[in-house]
Amino acid sequence: MNITHHFPILLDMVPIAAACTMLIIGKFRREWCYYWALFAISICTVMSAGLVWEVYKTGPISYVVGSWERWFGIEIYFDHISACTLLISGLGLLIIIFSKHYIAKEIDERKIPVYYSLILLNLAGMLGFVITGDLFNLFVMMEILSLSGYALVAIGEERIAQLAAFKYLVLGAVSSLSILMAIGFLYSITGSLNMHEIALYLPRAKDHIPVAIAAFALFIMGFSVKAALFPLHIWLPDAHSIAPSPVSALLSGLVVKIGICGLLRLLFIYRYVGGLINVEPVLNIIAWLAAITIVMGAFFAVFQDDIKMMLAYSTVSNIGYIFLGLCLVQSNALIGGIVHIFNHAIIKVLLFLCAGAIIYQTGCRRLSDLHGVGRKMPITMACMSIGVLSIVGIPPTNGFICKWFIAIGAMDAKKPLFAAALLFGALFIFAYYIKILNAAYFKKPRAEFEKRDEAPMTMLVPIVLLAIACLALGVGAYFPLAFIKPAAKSLLSTAIR
Amino acid sequence: MEVSSLRPLLAPAISMLCAILVFLTGKSPFWRRFWSLGAAAIKLGIVLSMLPAALRGTIFFTQLVPFTPGIDINFRVDQFGLFFALVSSTLWIVTTIYAIGYMEPEHAKVRFFGFFAICVSTTVGIAFAGNLFTLFIFYELLTIAAYPLVIHEETPEAMKAGRKYLVYTLTGGTIILLSIAFTFYLSGTLTLSKAGVFSKDVIADNGRILILLFASYMVGFGVKAAIMPLHGWLPSAMVAPTPVSALLHAVAVVKAGVFGVSRVIYNVFGLTLVKQLGAGMVLAYVASFTIIAGSIMALLQDNLKRRLAYSTVSQLSYIVMGAAIGTPAAVTGSIIHIANQAFAKITMFFVAGSIQRKTGKTEISQLVGIGHKMPITMATFTIAALSFVGVPLLAGFITKWYLCLGSLQAGTFVFVIVMLASSLLNAAYWLPIIYSAYFKNPLDGDIKMNEAHWTMLYPCIFCAIYTIALGTFAEVPGLPLSLARTFVRLIF
Repeated sequence: MNITHHFPILLDMVPIAAACTMLIIGKFRREWCYYWALFAISICTVMSAGLVWEVYKTGPISYVVGSWERWFGIEIYFDHISACTLLISGLGLLIIIFSKHYIAKEIDERKIPVYYSLILLNLAGMLGFVITGDLFNLFVMMEILSLSGYALVAIGEERIAQLAAFKYLVLGAVSSLSILMAIGFLYSITGSLNMHEIALYLPRAKDHIPVAIAAFALFIMGFSVKAALFPLHIWLPDAHSIAPSPVSALLSGLVVKIGICGLLRLLFIYRYVGGLINVEPVLNIIAWLAAITIVMGAFFAVFQDDIKMMLAYSTVSNIGYIFLGLCLVQSNALIGGIVHIFNHAIIKVLLFLCAGAIIYQTGCRRLSDLHGVGRKMPITMACMSIGVLSIVGIPPTNGFICKWFIAIGAMDAKKPLFAAALLFGALFIFAYYIKILNAAYFKKPRAEFEKRDEAPMTMLVPIVLLAIACLALGVGAYFPLAFIKPAAKSLLSTAIR
Repeated sequence: MEVSSLRPLLAPAISMLCAILVFLTGKSPFWRRFWSLGAAAIKLGIVLSMLPAALRGTIFFTQLVPFTPGIDINFRVDQFGLFFALVSSTLWIVTTIYAIGYMEPEHAKVRFFGFFAICVSTTVGIAFAGNLFTLFIFYELLTIAAYPLVIHEETPEAMKAGRKYLVYTLTGGTIILLSIAFTFYLSGTLTLSKAGVFSKDVIADNGRILILLFASYMVGFGVKAAIMPLHGWLPSAMVAPTPVSALLHAVAVVKAGVFGVSRVIYNVFGLTLVKQLGAGMVLAYVASFTIIAGSIMALLQDNLKRRLAYSTVSQLSYIVMGAAIGTPAAVTGSIIHIANQAFAKITMFFVAGSIQRKTGKTEISQLVGIGHKMPITMATFTIAALSFVGVPLLAGFITKWYLCLGSLQAGTFVFVIVMLASSLLNAAYWLPIIYSAYFKNPLDGDIKMNEAHWTMLYPCIFCAIYTIALGTFAEVPGLPLSLARTFVRLIF
């Protein structure tokens, strides 16, 4: 039995082990923390690439931890949705590369080992979340990533960071509790914690349907907070804008998607109960909330002067797109929603890293201070322009793809108003992005921006790679779509109607 | 006969490559000009090489990237697309020569020539698009690429004009995307085909929705096509440097709009469906209103470039009107007016720019006696103006002839009257300029000849001569009219 067989569990254990040993390494040499984290996440990326390739060729993989079988063991179920791991570890790798200089400058020296440790824990939590097949394991992973998330928000230097982290923590704790309760309910009526088994047992628990419905509602509430759906999004703008830029990238690009992956798993669990529970009205309400999120997020973003605040509201708006895609329960919309999970992650990480590079080099975060920064940092701004075009949805960037599919899906589902909301929301936000591009390129530059002074290589390389990815995934959308279509089909074939 | 070829891909790709090279090496004037002119020449060569076969009825296509089943990015050059590309490519060379001269004292030339190249690349991409999806991609790219050119001067006025431009064009673009998505939903395909995209069953079930869809397409494309009341961005955008106004607002951006309108009428809905829905006549009336109202607005302007802008608004609707009327002659007139209007209007913009560079004058009231100082320049202006009035032997006459014929073919006299009225109005706002330029003495008494630099003079002369050629030698095979006729033959 070679080591590749154990990749699923190693995928999660490696970053946790690295995180735990990080503090010891930090005692010796602070500089080594960066390389240790880099090493750990690189291994994860390679492993997840191997696993994703395996799934692509032969279908979902099931792995039981410690060979304890399903009934009371923890099963890891690596299916098409778990392909997120490649996204998580890949983007995690780029974020860690970026952190080298940024964190050295931004936070207190003594906290650096703690930072890398927390980042690795957060990534470990996310990786574990998307691959696990066991509900309680899901909860544990979610807590790992949430707690490390709160700490990462608070690691910044300003006092206000503690406040933002506290806000995040309070809402996150309530949502975690509601998810725990929901898990408890499901356990009580099915006697199992394994997602496959629950899915099979639920239809048989006909007498306990109200409990199942209550569990469903609690799950949705919990995951909606994590994913920042209106009106439970209020923690997001502060947390994401105040955290250090690599952390913002991590949170906006990946952690909010966890909430959505949670919802996908939820649909997975409840997929056989279609006849007994009518969830159509719930999905309808969520679709409307999503549409409101789209427009409202864009609307607030337009009025911000701080770049990161504006990017945070943009995240809120884009999460709305994903929710809309998922709740229309229609083949094309579902594909659009899932593809946007990937594309938005890439775009948002790109944008936050660019913002981070600008803040690092110039010390300014307000748009009114950034006139002419395009002259000082041409490569960074060029990549940011690509990110801007992507997030607005101009073809041939990858941001366009989700809009296309969700628009078609909305029409297929006979709800064209959603398509209109979707497209006009994007237009709204372009108003603000134009302000960024104008300020960067077309206004008189400030004296200190005249000279060219790009960000360091470790910051530029991830940015450029991501910008290229935006364009490549826009033109060559065929490849990720080939992956997402089976995932969408498997969700729909036994979907809740 | 369909031929697979790489040329439809090469033509837009060449200018994209040029743009990249300009951005990389453009600091040196030599390389900037070398890449721009070289790429323009090569592109014209590629487009011309497809002309003989196209006249015989061949269609070139390049299969590209599949996006998803049913939609892919592909190029398909039919006679109409080749026509548009030919006009754009020819005028790109001319405008590049003009721009090299005009932009000498300006700033940010690398940015200018780079985005200029991108604009032309996307315009040819629009011309060669084989389905609505590809068309939309290049259409939006053109919107974005033209923005840095519109706000080139970076004055507060320029920024405001740029904002207005973006708001209008991006909203139009969003409406187009919605329409495209809905079209895909109704018919399952986006390929631009000879007889339209909708099957008989779809037409039977969805009469009213199709009318709504047609209207939304017209609103979406109508922004760039400057159909009133969506034309508001065009006069403000005149704050851009003259080569930008010339190419973009006489040739690329606005022509992309009317091209889009025409494509929707000919290849998405099909002329029979348009007639069946009754939408054609409504659009023709809207276009007629724009023709007349645009001319009246032009009369009221004192700034020369703004008068040219409103005249463009008016002339573009000739094209829309011809497509909307939908009879063979009207369609022919509509297509060739794309060329006729382009050459004549670009001459006028060149003249406006030359005058501004040489004398600093921008208002028409200041242009008294300018014919003494710049007789050749004003001569070209006169030729262009007479073309718009519709004097025989000039290009504009051909258009008016075909459009009037088309109106009669459709059984109505109304549009003939519109044409006559428009000619009269054109005469009213062009001829006084020419008269006061030649037959009055300048305000400062200086009647010594002081022509523009050759880089700005020769393009004017070339375009004016071409305007005469289009009018006199229209029937010569190889000139635009024959290409238009071939296309018309194919869709009827």
